[in-house]
Amino acid sequence: MTELPPPAAKKLGLVIDLDTCVGCHACATNCKEWNTGGHLGPLPDFNAYSAGAEGVWFNRVHSYEAGEGEEGRTVHFPRSCLHCETPSCVTVCPTGASYKRAEDGIVLVNTDTCIGCGLCAWACPYGARELDEDEGVMKKCTLCVDRIYNETIPEPQRQPACVITCPVGARHFGDLGDPTSKVSRLVAERGGYDLMPEMGYAPVNKYLPPREKPPMRAHSLEEAAPTGMDIKNPLLRWLDRALSR
Amino acid sequence: MNPAPSIVFFTTASGAGYGLLFWLGLLRAFGLTPTSPAFGLTALVLALLLITAGLLSSLKHLGRPERAWRALSQWRSSWLSREGVAAILTYVPALLFGLGLLTGNGALIAVMGVLAAAGAVVTTWCTGMIYASLKPVRQWHQPMVPWGYLLFGAFCGAALLAALAAPWGQANLPAVLAALLGGGAIALKRAYWDAIDAPKPADAPSIESATGLGRIGRTRPLDPPHTEQNWLLREMGFRVARAHRAKLRRLTLGGFAIATVLALAALPLPGAAAALALLPAAAVALAAMLVERWLMFAEATHTVTLFYTGEG
Repeated sequence: MTELPPPAAKKLGLVIDLDTCVGCHACATNCKEWNTGGHLGPLPDFNAYSAGAEGVWFNRVHSYEAGEGEEGRTVHFPRSCLHCETPSCVTVCPTGASYKRAEDGIVLVNTDTCIGCGLCAWACPYGARELDEDEGVMKKCTLCVDRIYNETIPEPQRQPACVITCPVGARHFGDLGDPTSKVSRLVAERGGYDLMPEMGYAPVNKYLPPREKPPMRAHSLEEAAPTGMDIKNPLLRWLDRALSR
Repeated sequence: MNPAPSIVFFTTASGAGYGLLFWLGLLRAFGLTPTSPAFGLTALVLALLLITAGLLSSLKHLGRPERAWRALSQWRSSWLSREGVAAILTYVPALLFGLGLLTGNGALIAVMGVLAAAGAVVTTWCTGMIYASLKPVRQWHQPMVPWGYLLFGAFCGAALLAALAAPWGQANLPAVLAALLGGGAIALKRAYWDAIDAPKPADAPSIESATGLGRIGRTRPLDPPHTEQNWLLREMGFRVARAHRAKLRRLTLGGFAIATVLALAALPLPGAAAALALLPAAAVALAAMLVERWLMFAEATHTVTLFYTGEG
């Protein structure tokens, strides 16, 4: 049913720390690895070993420059489904294949009933949905619904593949509907924000901004000017001393 | 947005077909078209052929066309589903209207003609709303868009009806309608282009709001997530060259204007001679519509490109 369920108390989602992310693409790679055998797998690849290689990924890591000069920052930015609270990708679906789970808010696609019209991808401002041109149906991040509730894997591993693989701990998974959860506290402490809030989709996933840099130490002119001791060549250093007398 | 040929053909053909069905049903109900069953049936068959060819073409756009019937289920929330339901329901009065024409049943013609006309309006409105409801595509998320679908469909339909009615010497009313709607189409298209060319409002989505990095400063892409294409970029990153865009806009307006002038030129001409002006008028109107629909897609930008290029 593509009508949205009533707002649920539980809102599972990700919190992504842009201060810590090093842009290694491990989250995207492990996402592809897990999900090609997971709930929405396989994820197709075309021309995988030649020019023009492309395929379906649920997570893609962009890198940006923000700000100018000394204030400028390089920021690595993983982009995936934000499991919005009011996702148009669900309500535009003509078949009911695109749905938001009432129990935890995860947005999923039923690939058995999807007709591959692509309208949900047009309706998503974030580019979270990609058409599987092999199968003719839409695919998207499942928040690793097949890991987080999976009782056949050890409990510490019941997290999305992108979270568990991040080498710097920049990705956090939890219930953003519970204000006392670790992720909600993190969002409150670090000023976590929504992407494109003006679109009104109310994303569940939050991004933590890069921390502010400590103020630059002011260099005095004297400090900046070279002294005789900066001259490495002993002959020239002696010459400098002789001329300075 | 990628102007997929199947969708460009669908909205042009079905739009014109519903326009023809609208004017035929409405005018015939009030006895304002030739009353010969041959005329009515020819026009009805042409309308249903255009509608059906368009709908079949739209199925080619689907990844799994054999599941298309499932699209009829979500009419409560989805404009695409509503369009499908309305399209199928409209066949019922349209075919009963045909039965009325065959049997010469005046009451059936009148009632079903009006119902078929209403079905044509509802279906075309749903088509327009599919696009107008998409917030991430700023050029489509405009109040003018669904009205445009109605107006352009009515314009093509009136031009077709005029061409068909000419041999019966009763083309003047649809020809006047086509000319009026042609003028309206030119005005609406110009207003639409003015609206989408206007500078974006300050609160429009930007790379800064898409990434949230505006708090640091001006943001620009440094490294892309992938060096090759992907479906997102092929589907939503389509760009039309500025020079081509300007030419295609002139071609669209030129086509609308020629069709309008030809429709007016046919007014003083007797039956068969009027057909010589009205047939090309309908052909030019449809050709200009194809260009307009292609541009409607090609000019539209999607917010996902903000992440890739910083522009959208």
